[in-house]
Amino acid sequence: MSPTIINLAYLGASILFILGVRGLTHPRTAVRGNLLGATGMLVAVVATLLDAEVFGAGVAGLGVILAGLALGSAIGGTLALRIKMTAMPEMVAFLNAFGGAASAFVAGAVLTDLGGTGLVSGAGPAALQTHVLVATVVSGIIGSVTFWGSLVAFDKLRGMFLPDAPVTFAGQQAINVVLGLIAIGCGAVLVSYPEMTEAYFAVVVVGSVLGILLTIPIGGADMPVAIALLNAYSGLAAASTGFVLNNDLLVITGSLVGASGIILTQIMCRAMNRSLVNVLVGAIAAGDTKKIDADAVYAGRVKRTSAEEVAMLLETARRVVIVPGYGLAVSQAQHQVRELATVLEGRGVEVEYAIHPVAGRMPGHMNVLLAEADVEYDKLKEMDTVNPTFGQTDVTIVIGANDIVNPSARTDPSSPIAGMPILDVDKSTSVVIIKRSLSPGFAGIPNPLFAADNALMLFGDGKQAVLELTAALKDAGVG
Amino acid sequence: MDGFLPLLTIFMLAVFVGYEVITKVPPLLHTPLMSGSNAISGITIVGAMLSLTTSNRVAMTFAFVALVLATINVVGGFMVTNRMLSMFKKKRDDPQ
Repeated sequence: MSPTIINLAYLGASILFILGVRGLTHPRTAVRGNLLGATGMLVAVVATLLDAEVFGAGVAGLGVILAGLALGSAIGGTLALRIKMTAMPEMVAFLNAFGGAASAFVAGAVLTDLGGTGLVSGAGPAALQTHVLVATVVSGIIGSVTFWGSLVAFDKLRGMFLPDAPVTFAGQQAINVVLGLIAIGCGAVLVSYPEMTEAYFAVVVVGSVLGILLTIPIGGADMPVAIALLNAYSGLAAASTGFVLNNDLLVITGSLVGASGIILTQIMCRAMNRSLVNVLVGAIAAGDTKKIDADAVYAGRVKRTSAEEVAMLLETARRVVIVPGYGLAVSQAQHQVRELATVLEGRGVEVEYAIHPVAGRMPGHMNVLLAEADVEYDKLKEMDTVNPTFGQTDVTIVIGANDIVNPSARTDPSSPIAGMPILDVDKSTSVVIIKRSLSPGFAGIPNPLFAADNALMLFGDGKQAVLELTAALKDAGVG
Repeated sequence: MDGFLPLLTIFMLAVFVGYEVITKVPPLLHTPLMSGSNAISGITIVGAMLSLTTSNRVAMTFAFVALVLATINVVGGFMVTNRMLSMFKKKRDDPQ
């Protein structure tokens, strides 16, 4: 097939990707948008298969390609069908890792193939112009940082080897800067002496160490930022591989994804009122903020309640808002929460869900969990929409959330979370907090909400507590 | 530097298009946006296929690994996004 037709196919694929992402701007068009994106990918893959060089690779060459596609599809498909919705952050971290690694490997392949098939415009080593070499180095660095960074994020989310808390040590930032400089230095060597392909592997090794060191100081609750940022990296890695291969499609697509990741990173940082640098160095754990004595905040003022008592409260309520947090995902209580809401709605109560932008471990995580439990999406309210309504809310039920409902963000300028936008649950008539204990959230500070006059603590596992609450409410309804 | 400037032009324009389109995605769909854009970033699959045409053994191995990883990214990403998005409903299909 002629290069013109292939390039036109690539252009078509790029347009389909853009239309696909645009489809994601509304839940009604989102499924179709995703299918458009997938169609774009299919067009790109088929066009590449028909490329004279790929097609000319012979039966053996095509066989290898088809084998790779089949193997990857089998693994990817299995993962996609098996993964639990609560584990979606891990899934995205995993996919990010693979995307980053693939870019680093492609750049490595092109470099190793020096003077090979004339993959890069015009055959031979001379074809590796300076900008191609620079792009190769960039792919190597970003690709390896993305791969290892995502694996560390994955591990932290799973809680396998690394602690959820930030891992920091003296001189960490200095070491990172030095590693970055070494990577750039090795890259400069490669650009000056393209025949020294070893320099590329040095770049990848240093990038790998850097990826690990950059991600270990990021704490669990900051994971939404880390995942969004790694998402941006995987896009930028693909774009720089596009520069290596002189391929428009990779450049366009990579920059789309890069932009998406960067926007999400910004949104997440704003939702925590912290700068990106602050998140990346894990600064919230630094002990420079004054320690607030939890006993002084809670002493004698925390009211413990029971499922029956809350059921009585709910019986007379007309509007109830449910605030989910990471604890809901941990105890997988989304279906039980939905059941409670159904019972309440059956009694004529208006039920809505208030979703904080950084609730959970990745952007939008709570929405997916509640959608899985068949909660209609028009009941999932964003922070800015729901905040003015807390004043007219009879009962707010907070499940497994802490820092995102901590009023000291509003009231105490010396608090580590001062200025962070929060859900104003304390403004509702009553607040019921379902939580295992009074232990602090990620910010490590006590929450004055728990000791507020209108607050009731329902201690226990999220799922169990909601089940008991629903049962108590049903009993009350019958009796 | 032929080839570089056109690519840079395309890169910058695509960043702007991406920014404009993606800022309109509501927080409701941020997770599918991430997994979906992730799938799209598996476009490296094209690069891997092109690189596989080499006769150099080492390069071929790299390209094959890249192909498998990128395919996992593409197929896993699109499928899991589809699974998530099909759960977002406005009205219940089968009221209890």
